[in-house]
Amino acid sequence: MTRGLVALLIVAAALLAVPLIVTNEFYLNLASQILIYALLALSLNLLVGYGGLVSLGHASFVGLTSYTAVLLLNAGFGQLATAILAVAFSTLCGALFGVLALRASGIGFLMITLALGQIVWGIAYRANNLTGGDNGIRYAARPHPFGIDISGAPSFYYFTLAVFAVAFFFIWRLVRSPFGAALQGARDQPRRMRMLGHDVWLIQWFAFVLAAFWGSIAGLLYVYYNLFISPHAISLQQSAEALLMAILGGASALTGPIVGAVIITLVKNVVSTYIDRWNSLLGAIFVIVIMFMPFGIVPGLRQLWTRWRRPAKSPERAA
Amino acid sequence: MQFWIIQTLNSIAFGGLLFLLSSGFSLAFGLMRIPNLAHGGFFMLGAYLGATIVYAGGNFWVAVVGAGAAVGVIGILFERLILRRLAGNVQGQVLVTLGVSFIIADLCLLIWTGDPWTLPAPAELRPPLRLLGFAFPTFRLVVLGIALVVAVALYVLMDRTRLGAMIRAGVDDMEMARGVGIPVSLLFTVVFSLGALLAGLGGTLGAPMLNAYPGLDADMLPLALIVVILGGAGSLLGAFVGSFVVGFLYNFGIALFPDLAYFILFLPMVLVLVFRPQGLFGRVAS
Repeated sequence: MTRGLVALLIVAAALLAVPLIVTNEFYLNLASQILIYALLALSLNLLVGYGGLVSLGHASFVGLTSYTAVLLLNAGFGQLATAILAVAFSTLCGALFGVLALRASGIGFLMITLALGQIVWGIAYRANNLTGGDNGIRYAARPHPFGIDISGAPSFYYFTLAVFAVAFFFIWRLVRSPFGAALQGARDQPRRMRMLGHDVWLIQWFAFVLAAFWGSIAGLLYVYYNLFISPHAISLQQSAEALLMAILGGASALTGPIVGAVIITLVKNVVSTYIDRWNSLLGAIFVIVIMFMPFGIVPGLRQLWTRWRRPAKSPERAA
Repeated sequence: MQFWIIQTLNSIAFGGLLFLLSSGFSLAFGLMRIPNLAHGGFFMLGAYLGATIVYAGGNFWVAVVGAGAAVGVIGILFERLILRRLAGNVQGQVLVTLGVSFIIADLCLLIWTGDPWTLPAPAELRPPLRLLGFAFPTFRLVVLGIALVVAVALYVLMDRTRLGAMIRAGVDDMEMARGVGIPVSLLFTVVFSLGALLAGLGGTLGAPMLNAYPGLDADMLPLALIVVILGGAGSLLGAFVGSFVVGFLYNFGIALFPDLAYFILFLPMVLVLVFRPQGLFGRVAS
């Protein structure tokens, strides 16, 4: 416990110190991006890791929030009202999508989330008058939360970090709560959970709504960061990237999606500056991770760690 | 009046094309329990390959057969070399097909560039067919005819042959099928590559209507998914009915409410999921 707390404090201090060390605006913005994607992957991991429900439509919540926010702001709503209504609308859509997707289980669930995600994408792409179609649409300006200007890279980083910290705390509490245990129970032993009187459907639906909610918050950060939204941001590639972040890090660990988000965002940005073949690489990473690292990088490293520790411990016991 | 008749015909023709796309998808899904998310990529690859063959001076029908065969071979390789290694890991298989779909899309962009490739219909089918005072696009009628022939052929294959009986047995109860000595894993390769072949063939046949362009795969895959959600996985009749339902909705949606074409597809999907989650003709999973 104390060791975990120390680690957490060190990580928190390091994250707070990033803008002091990284003065280059490009890299600081990259750090903000990583936090946004980490939140998206973390929210998706509620479903994938803890619920065992693989969703391929999670980027749709980024789109639903961003487009709603743009439209509301343009219609004359204030920043706070825009943010609340956009997240509420997107979460409500998530509640509906959850009802539909949970009509099926396993691969059926994956297919329905994929189809729903593609429908949201198709509407964004085709409804020119509303969404600007392929050209996308601009969000006028970042808000001033509590009167603080977050238009600069360092202040936006701190804003993103604050939101991320709150989200991380809630998700961390959630997966350690009785609800988190019930969700994992529903994943591993749905029949037994039903026998124990739990409503498996309701547990999974609630997890879906929560994932949609935190995904929508990530979407809000996304539109604040880019001040722009286009169908590209909610394509199947984006949903797949979020899923890859969740499973690359190891779908069951809380830290996994964050590691996945760091790796994928860095690789994507580094590769994109040199070559134009990010999608091929994304596909190749998918194939390689699934074929050779089925449990992801974090559990893989943890396994190595325990294997390395065990031989060191056994002589002590012998002595 | 002309508008409605032409749009109806276009819808039926598009439904036929969707059947070519989704029948193999549905059969492979029913047997192997996985939706092949690279299926839209196979269709797009067929469109590009067919266009390339025609541009190189080949006959249109040679291009259709050539593209179908080439994509079919890719299907065999994909199933044998990658999917086979993940046997039993259904989720992994699905995600691998997704990864491969990105690679296909990106390679197509690399080879055929971002500009759309138009493929004209064969010269002999370009003049419209005049009937009862209306002009019908001949090529679309021919595509519909081919789709119907394929539908009958698949029906005969599935319902009247030993191979079809083995496939149906695999769809209904794979364990038992294996138990009585049916080579289910060989059937996987056969059905998967048949689906790829039909997708490639459909890609070339569809190119004169849709063109080959980057993103064609992402446009077609959801249509195939919705057909299977509507019709039920593994059901030929379901794929047939679903294709024409989606063909009508999508085509009239594009013609009447272009902004909302995708939203219109959403409605039948919702209705089916709420009232009959296994699909209209799907079997209840045991």
